[in-house]
Amino acid sequence: MLRDVEARVISNTRLSADYNVIALAAPDIAAEARPGQFVMVKSGRGGDPLLRRPFSVFEILRSNNHVEGLTLLSKRIGVTTTILFEAVEGDTISCLGPLGRPFELVDPPAEAWMVAGGVGLAPFATLAEALLARGTKTTLFYGARSGAELFYLDWFASRGIRLVLATEDGSLGDRARITIPLERELRDFGSRIPDPGSRPASDLPPSTDVMIYACGPEPMLEAVAHVASKFKRPSQVSVERTMGCGMGGCYSCVIPVRDSTAGAGSAHHYVRSCIAGPVFRGDEIAWD
Amino acid sequence: MGVDLSVQVGALTLANPIIAASGCFGYGVEYKDAIDLSTLGGVAVKGLFLKEREGHPPERIVETPSGMLNAIGLQGIGVHRFIREKLPELRQLGATVIVNICGSTLDEYVELARILSDAEGVAALELNISCPNIKEGGITFGCSLHGTFEVVSAVKKVTPLPVIPKLTPNVTDVASFARASEEAGADAVSLVNTFLAMAIDVETRRPKLSNIVGGLSGPAIRPIAVRMVYECRRAVKIPVIGMGGIASARDALEFIIAGATAVQVGTANFVDPFIWSKLLDGLTEYMRRHEIARIADLVGTIDTTAREKQWISS
Repeated sequence: MLRDVEARVISNTRLSADYNVIALAAPDIAAEARPGQFVMVKSGRGGDPLLRRPFSVFEILRSNNHVEGLTLLSKRIGVTTTILFEAVEGDTISCLGPLGRPFELVDPPAEAWMVAGGVGLAPFATLAEALLARGTKTTLFYGARSGAELFYLDWFASRGIRLVLATEDGSLGDRARITIPLERELRDFGSRIPDPGSRPASDLPPSTDVMIYACGPEPMLEAVAHVASKFKRPSQVSVERTMGCGMGGCYSCVIPVRDSTAGAGSAHHYVRSCIAGPVFRGDEIAWD
Repeated sequence: MGVDLSVQVGALTLANPIIAASGCFGYGVEYKDAIDLSTLGGVAVKGLFLKEREGHPPERIVETPSGMLNAIGLQGIGVHRFIREKLPELRQLGATVIVNICGSTLDEYVELARILSDAEGVAALELNISCPNIKEGGITFGCSLHGTFEVVSAVKKVTPLPVIPKLTPNVTDVASFARASEEAGADAVSLVNTFLAMAIDVETRRPKLSNIVGGLSGPAIRPIAVRMVYECRRAVKIPVIGMGGIASARDALEFIIAGATAVQVGTANFVDPFIWSKLLDGLTEYMRRHEIARIADLVGTIDTTAREKQWISS
């Protein structure tokens, strides 16, 4: 059920000069939020900023089987994220949700590979917990500019999630974009299963022995979707477009999707990423 | 004290004066989890052409102080899919449906009016002759007195439904457009649509909207909209439906006192999809406090007589 909650700030932890994790007392939204869903946050009181901003639900906060609230992972970029960065315990933040189409989960023996770029880590804590609860083997591919911007590594590692890291400056993991180790591992993974033959990829149903989930900058999502298609693996990407309302009212957050999945080059039409997404199949989006 | 919120727009009785504004409420069904649509005075659905439309590429909106610019470009499913896919559900939800129609030519407006007059569950037609974001048709009618007269009279000839031209503020004298609408037989006018505006990213020197220009809405435009509603109220006898930056019951009351029989709420719904009951409660509270039994009696009651000096004894 959709709710608008004046949520009290439980805590606000600065992870770096720009990143923070803010915990909000919005238990009713948290209890219903599914991995990949988002909330629309209004941090200001008056007309600046006027509109809400979308944030993936990062963590669900629980104590003694009781849902206390949720956290948001935020990077200080604009007005709203600055207010979120500077908020202190006891402040209130208006939080509308849960909204959007969640990730589809996979069960063993299929594996889950989550690919995060920067603040795109946001939906993967809840996704990881949901996957682990089903016993699905889960890997996090996580890239950022430098090692200092890779957060929550212990959180994921302590839950048995395999980490594959990449940084642009090489300070942690591969010195590369995260799609480089992703492609390498997909190639290795592919060599462990029988060759699907020489038919073109579009003739084959994708193998669901591994599901790839991605969230991050759109060029990264495009690259992940292409790599996944190249190795005939399905992908789900969580997009972020400029959003006005989060509920399908304003038609601002549209993204082009293919009219059919027949292949690249076919006609596309715009769909609202707030209600048709934010999670889409990687091969559904008309990236070009 | 019981209060009567109902208002009369031509032959159409609205349960209350609060209408969801076209272009800000999807096709209405998107909001059924947030609001019982039957509690609204009306639901003005997103502007419809005969055919489906793709709209402009992103970026389609940008925020500005106390407002936003949009250049959506009237993306839409077209009238036939609307009647097939949305109207039955709106009917079932008990919505008073005002269909906003857009044409590139006079004939398209007439065709749309004909088609919708035969559909079950349409309460009124709002003529979009004021969208600033599309090149063809629409606003070219709305920016010419002759064009406004022509399109309203042509539509009136083919439909028994109340016809409400939605006026643009991007003209020198909006009241003359209200008069042209009245002379052509309009049952009411609604105003204002958005103000043509633009915003530029100074770092890249690029416009912030893909369409370069867009329409400004939100609280930033409210005082101008109130003034225009006031001018139109004095120019015509048909009901005026006011809109422009309404975000609270007090804002709605300002329009009503200026002369609006009903009001539409758009941008504020993006911020708060639960705004509707707050607006209705606020109107009721105001009427009780001022002992006004019928909100219709409040319409246009602005007191412009010279103020007497008030001496406060110390």
